[in-house]
Amino acid sequence: MSQPKDYGFGSDEQMIKNTARKFLAEHASVEKLRALVAKDPHAFAGGKNASPLAAYDESVWKKVVELGWPALPVPESAGGVGMKMVGVAGLVEEVGRAAFPSPLLSTYFAAFALREAGTGEAKKWLEKIAGGESASLAATNAEGSWEPSDTDVSAKESGTAAALSGTASFVQDARKASFFVVSAKAASGVGLYAIAANAPGVSLQADRIVDTTRDQARVAFKDAKAELIAPAPQGAEALRKALPSIWTVLAADLVGSAEWLLQTTVQYAKVREQFDHPIGFFQAVKHPLVNVMVENDYARSLLYNAACAIDTEPENAEKYARMAKAQASDAAAYAADRAVQLHGGIGFTWECDVHLFFKRSKHGQALFGDAAYHRRKLADLLIGPVAAR
Amino acid sequence: MADEEVKEGSKDTPEQAEFRAYCRKWLAANRPAKPTFRLPQSPLEVMTDEQRIYLQAWQKKCYDAGLIGCDYPKDYGGGGKKGFQRIANQEMAHAQVPFLINVIGLGMGAPTILHHGSEENKKRYLPKLLSGEEIWCQGFSEPGAGSDLASVKTKAEKKGDVWVINGHKVWTSLAHFASWMIILTRHSNDDKYAGLTYFIVPIQSALGKGVTVRPLIKITGETGFNEVIFDNLEVPDTLRLDQVGAGWKVAMTTLLHERGAAPLVTPSAGGAGGDTIGRSAEALIDLAKKSKRDGRPASEDGYLRDKIVGLLIREEGLRQNFRRVRVGALCDHPMRIPLQGKLIGTEFMQAVGALGLEILGAKSSLYLGDENAPEGGQWPLAYMNTYGGTIAAGTSEVQRNILGERVLGMPKSK
Repeated sequence: MSQPKDYGFGSDEQMIKNTARKFLAEHASVEKLRALVAKDPHAFAGGKNASPLAAYDESVWKKVVELGWPALPVPESAGGVGMKMVGVAGLVEEVGRAAFPSPLLSTYFAAFALREAGTGEAKKWLEKIAGGESASLAATNAEGSWEPSDTDVSAKESGTAAALSGTASFVQDARKASFFVVSAKAASGVGLYAIAANAPGVSLQADRIVDTTRDQARVAFKDAKAELIAPAPQGAEALRKALPSIWTVLAADLVGSAEWLLQTTVQYAKVREQFDHPIGFFQAVKHPLVNVMVENDYARSLLYNAACAIDTEPENAEKYARMAKAQASDAAAYAADRAVQLHGGIGFTWECDVHLFFKRSKHGQALFGDAAYHRRKLADLLIGPVAAR
Repeated sequence: MADEEVKEGSKDTPEQAEFRAYCRKWLAANRPAKPTFRLPQSPLEVMTDEQRIYLQAWQKKCYDAGLIGCDYPKDYGGGGKKGFQRIANQEMAHAQVPFLINVIGLGMGAPTILHHGSEENKKRYLPKLLSGEEIWCQGFSEPGAGSDLASVKTKAEKKGDVWVINGHKVWTSLAHFASWMIILTRHSNDDKYAGLTYFIVPIQSALGKGVTVRPLIKITGETGFNEVIFDNLEVPDTLRLDQVGAGWKVAMTTLLHERGAAPLVTPSAGGAGGDTIGRSAEALIDLAKKSKRDGRPASEDGYLRDKIVGLLIREEGLRQNFRRVRVGALCDHPMRIPLQGKLIGTEFMQAVGALGLEILGAKSSLYLGDENAPEGGQWPLAYMNTYGGTIAAGTSEVQRNILGERVLGMPKSK
């Protein structure tokens, strides 16, 4: 199968991207973002008696649900839009550009896993997403392993139900989710389960995290009754197949944030004067910003290639999505690094918006594997595994 | 790359598809026999007469078959088609036939003459340029004018009906075989930019009569480029391109094409050279599998694996940039990717070359002519040659200025 030259990015995809940019400019401007997530540096910095932030604007999220964004990757058969991955990537790029605090990405993670499971039960939970419920994927252990087979949760299956015990870690936007898709070890391997966030036996402990635009938690299960989505080993397999889509939307978010960091720093370099010139006049400032652009353009090109591969060339989805996540992680980290540095003193302060995107980028970089992690996996894929000594 | 190009045929018009099939068939049937002598890595290192004769004959054959100048008007020796040259270029690259020797003429001379030459000039010079019968070189850089091109000092003085040229050009590839040169000169010191005028000047026919060509030796030990000295060379006014004082504008046309960002698809350098060592990240995998480190294949070394994959990602990224540039909705600024082409392409090649040497370890010390040198010492040669890429046609630093100013809109650096 060959890929379309234009990535399959047509008028529908463009319309969604344009609508998203307009909507976010109106409802999720950087001024609103600052007011929402940066109002309490004391709580952020580990202040006593303050609960970690999980700020987002629920009224804006309701509008996002009305616009149908969470339902985009949900198959039409489950009441969703069945939008191509290139369309989803285009939208998420805008979400990243606004550092939009919402459960959109975590809901996508859950949707991708459910989509790949492909069972009747999975369809039922996908319908909930199409109906406006937010979700998250609880599939990471306490060590932060991204391997589908690694989980600290165990499942005692009986028929289509299961009792979950143990703790899932690094669960994204957990406090905004109404249900979780959970990976857990059953007798025959790792299966996938779904459970409402408010079900008996489910408790959340929020992490204090660096990224103020997201929340993250450990989700503990104590003999909690969940529904079986895909038994072992199909559960782990579904999760594995969902990973390229997860990497791709994370790459899209990173590319968007990196572009905001680039443009914002370029604007600053045009107006901030030192030594009788706007600092952008000096090549020590100009050239690193060009390098940021170059790195982010590589990332953006690789992003659409990955999304398009998921749509049209599934045999290459893993390879291209790892490339996209690797490059986007490095590009965003570099953009964040140069943005703070080139803003100088003001860039080091809480009052400058750069830190919001800096922190979101650093978080996204680590999520589901940074560049070095994906390059190591790609080496096995493209060069071949290393023989045992 | 091959797959990519096969796919590119998917949007050909019926006429273009027919032409593509013709090119493919013709190239398969007419591929020249491999020469008994070594061909250099690019047209810019062609040194001997036997190399020149072989390559000139090949270009003429391609021209006669209609694979060169396809999109140029018929009046000027072209094929009068639209969108054919891109197809011929793809097929030549795909077929891995020898490169076209008249690369400076095809890539820069021809579009400059087409846009700025008189009707008479276009009729006289373009046909033999396209056929490769007359080789062209370019006179831009001088000892005192490199990155700051507009500071050229080579003087053009009007005396009666003729212009008298005096000055010194350097890094002039192919001057040793060239019939003609496109040259940027200064007719006035009153204004840095408006004091420039652009000409065509004879080289071969003027040797010893106002023109001296001397080879310059590169860090590789090879030659291929030259210095050209003008001592009272007389040139008729008819060889002037565009107006007196329009030299900078004409030079921009040349550079736009040289840096690969031009809208007009010009006949490219064509297919592969004699050796393609050090030109792809893919090749690094093979090299690492063949090389040893601590008694084990270098391809099992964690550090090298990470670096190789880093360049494989870059290589895919270059391909995807080329793809995305045609999807307007996914490009914020129309020149953002095109103006990066020269910078990132040449820096990629340099990184491949450098990593090749790292993989070779101790054997990277072995050079041309050493019986134990891996692949005949081509890896260190290729690596050293990549600096031609990052320096010529506007250094990487100049490219970053251009990108920072024209795309990101930052103030002009001095």
